[in-house]
Amino acid sequence: MSLPPLLDETLLNSTFRFITPILLAALGGLICERAGVFNIALEGLMLTGAFFAVAGSYHAQNAFAGVLAAMVAGALVAFIFAALAIGLRGNMIVIGIALNLLVAGGTVFLLRTMFDVRGAFQDPRIAGLGKITLPVVDQIAILGPILSGHSWVVYLSWALVLATQVLLFHHRLGLRLRGVGEQPEAAETLGVNVGAIRFGAIIASGVLCGLAGAQLSLGQVTLFVENMSGGRGWIAVVAVMLGQAHPIGVFLASVLFGFADSIGFRLQGVGLPSQFTSMVPYVVTLIALFITQARRRRVALGQ
Amino acid sequence: MQTAWRNIQGPALAILGSLLIGALIMLLSGHNPIEGYGAMLSGALAGRNAANLASTLARAAPIVGMGLCAAIAFRAGFFNLGGEGQLVLGGLTAALVALNLPLPPVLTLPLTVLAAMAAGGVWALLPAWAQFNFRVPLLISSLLLNYPARFFASYVVVNLVRDVQTGMPQTRQIAPELQLPLLITGTQLHAGVFVTLIAVAIAALVIGRTVAGYRLRMAGLNPTFARYGGAPMERLGYGVMFASGAVAGLVGAIEILGVNYRFIDEALTIPQYAWVGLMAALLSNSSPVGVLMTGLFFSAVQTGGFGMERATEIPRELSRVLQAIVILLVAARGGFRLSGDR
Repeated sequence: MSLPPLLDETLLNSTFRFITPILLAALGGLICERAGVFNIALEGLMLTGAFFAVAGSYHAQNAFAGVLAAMVAGALVAFIFAALAIGLRGNMIVIGIALNLLVAGGTVFLLRTMFDVRGAFQDPRIAGLGKITLPVVDQIAILGPILSGHSWVVYLSWALVLATQVLLFHHRLGLRLRGVGEQPEAAETLGVNVGAIRFGAIIASGVLCGLAGAQLSLGQVTLFVENMSGGRGWIAVVAVMLGQAHPIGVFLASVLFGFADSIGFRLQGVGLPSQFTSMVPYVVTLIALFITQARRRRVALGQ
Repeated sequence: MQTAWRNIQGPALAILGSLLIGALIMLLSGHNPIEGYGAMLSGALAGRNAANLASTLARAAPIVGMGLCAAIAFRAGFFNLGGEGQLVLGGLTAALVALNLPLPPVLTLPLTVLAAMAAGGVWALLPAWAQFNFRVPLLISSLLLNYPARFFASYVVVNLVRDVQTGMPQTRQIAPELQLPLLITGTQLHAGVFVTLIAVAIAALVIGRTVAGYRLRMAGLNPTFARYGGAPMERLGYGVMFASGAVAGLVGAIEILGVNYRFIDEALTIPQYAWVGLMAALLSNSSPVGVLMTGLFFSAVQTGGFGMERATEIPRELSRVLQAIVILLVAARGGFRLSGDR
């Protein structure tokens, strides 16, 4: 059994690498959405993670330290979001936009101050996330090469999909989270601290986006490039909508977008102009958004 | 007097706060904040024959213009985050029309500007259409549309109309008769600055003094009430988004005709005009006249950043950090009463 030429194992294997940053950020967005927070700072949080993963890994010469730094930094930026949006009741959309711009400028500023470079930072001392070869699975035809040989962050992201599912629907905390999102007044009356739950959800999204950024800068490549999140945080926002804020749905949406990302990358090798292949993920995202919203509207109208 | 103070109190305090945080950042990164801000001030305003001031004014034109683009949409409750794509397509259209229209300059010039405005406007209609017919959130669709617009413009200029003489990713230069004259020779201050001023004045008049403007403000403050009051919301929405995108297209045309004299790949996106303009709109609470002030301020921060980098080795990106902090601080004080329509 063999696959058609473009759709080979390398493509499918790379798809999983491309899925992961979007998936992790989307899980963060999902938790916020469920708590009634519209988080459009995913892009900035992911970029934060990408930068601090490289910075941490460079200084400690250890990839795990990089991932840890990315998660802490993501949480700190998310803390600013939460403090302003929940603590001071600022406009979440404005704060989200401003944070994205702060991180876009701030990471370049730090790139200059910490490493004295502009544009990109690459150094042999940055330890990348290694690849894990899954025993047994590795031997299976077709599936083996697709599922095996990813970084541990990729496998962790799959586990986190299940963990989110369990947390949301089979745990008290998830019940409270959903209550806060759906009926904040009722939740408040029942003694749930709405502000605290939302605060926590935002911090969680910061940690998850930090992880997403780490996969981007230490998993797929081993360097930091200015603005390297390149709209993936926004694609994650769409993945949350597409997956209807449901972990499995969000996972499937991320698979679609990750596939679009990797096929765009792959098509470059076939000789298509790079501008068109770079467009693929965004256009696919727009079309997907369009189709689901249109379908949902028909359902709402009872057609 | 007192209301005037109330209007600028929030932004003023936010600016002060961001400068303080900026000083802290300079200290932490081992620089002297007094030197840093001194260099920033002279980089924005001084220079030989006040050349830096001229640069600040010239740079303010696209920032104010893109601020106007954002403000028009914000006032009606639409988060148009697609200014960048609208700007780029406007600029590309301007260059293509100016290079290829076989008419006398007196006709070509206005047609170039109109074509650019139409291009930006039509691109901005797309997210409005998706929102009204399919409930696709305008905030997200307008943002995502930036990417195809940018890549498309890049494709056209790199593969189809590239200037063979220079070989760079840019078009040929437009005819000298089509280039906007410089107001002061030796500086970057060009006649397009006046076009921006006129656009601000028109926007202020339309929003403040006409029925359409009244409906636009009502739609932004309370969409349900506006609909109940009989305002044709969809038509208004299309009109607002078209106007918003058209202003972005105009900015693109001015940059092509007055600054670059050709379309250069990424020349309109690297300086982040759309995003800085958007922040200027947020800081001014989406008032067209206010955008004039905040746009000038942000322009000064940017040109000042270049001066600071030359004089003190503090990276110029500190400007971008300061600008974002200003917005965060204004937002923290609850300074935005937008309907927050998704």
